[in-house]
Amino acid sequence: MISVASGPRKLAWRIGEVVETSPDTPRTKSLFLEIPGWEGHRAGQHIDVRLTAEDGYQAQRSYSIASAPEDGTVELLVERLDDGEVSPYLTDEIRVGDGLELRGPIGGWFAWEAREGGPLLLVAGGSGIAPLMAMIRHRKAAGNDTPVRLLYSSRSYEEIIFREELEALAAEDTALEIIHTLTRSAPPKWEGYHRRIDAEMLAEIAPAAEEGPLAFVCGPTPLVETVATDLVGLGHEPSRVKTERFGPTGG
Amino acid sequence: MDEHRLDGNAAGGILGEVFTFEMTTARAACAHCGATGPLGSSMAYVSEIGTVVRCAACDNALIRVVRQDEGPARYWLDLRGVEYLQLE
Repeated sequence: MISVASGPRKLAWRIGEVVETSPDTPRTKSLFLEIPGWEGHRAGQHIDVRLTAEDGYQAQRSYSIASAPEDGTVELLVERLDDGEVSPYLTDEIRVGDGLELRGPIGGWFAWEAREGGPLLLVAGGSGIAPLMAMIRHRKAAGNDTPVRLLYSSRSYEEIIFREELEALAAEDTALEIIHTLTRSAPPKWEGYHRRIDAEMLAEIAPAAEEGPLAFVCGPTPLVETVATDLVGLGHEPSRVKTERFGPTGG
Repeated sequence: MDEHRLDGNAAGGILGEVFTFEMTTARAACAHCGATGPLGSSMAYVSEIGTVVRCAACDNALIRVVRQDEGPARYWLDLRGVEYLQLE
């Protein structure tokens, strides 16, 4: 069991060390961090990262934690935004052994622990998969069999983050269903959805509102707002639809 | 200056600088419309100069927090928009 410190504490900046990096897709990279004194996290929480330039200018961004609490290191999934102030450094420049200033874990609202049960409906757009991946990995590590349906929107097949790991997890677990939709290009003979997520797709995929699923939606703001509105329109309890917007850019 | 409309979760960092409690699960009652809920389910408008947490039901500004980055740490915290905060 992982015990997570609770009760009052102040958030403080500290230095984590990059112990591994791994490319996920052409535009994303995972950074694995060891953070001295890390008190553990809950799946769905995020951390703040701060970069300081030589002239003292600081830029700060939030990144969801993609690893399970049970994993040995903290994994951040970073999407490279070409005009970003922070993400190009994290995807292109940072090396194993480098330090990274950060604070966290932050947030208890968009978080899930296996003992909370479900069923779970997870909806992700692009790198919005990160906190939901933490939940899926946590569920497996905890030996939990809560039914999970993941609806995952990516631009193309090549840009499906964690694709192979998700396939492997679903192949061995009948309670984990993964449905992809591709919004731009799809490979020949693609039989999955090939459009943006809409109310019709959610009606086909989401567990019935009467089952009282707990929904977590993470991705770009327009996707999150569309999905949240459509789920409430399908009769889902608004307080059980939890959202995490990236904003227009995350940088 | 860009101002991004995000979830109340996004205010967790700056509020965590001021409060010792986890603030995204703190319940707030809106002083304007009376709606209550966790701050994580409200809206946060985040910019370089500060953060405004707004009621998801009526858009009333619940909490404004501004940080002075130059010199010693100094915060301005405006809580007029909340009837109360429940911390645990």
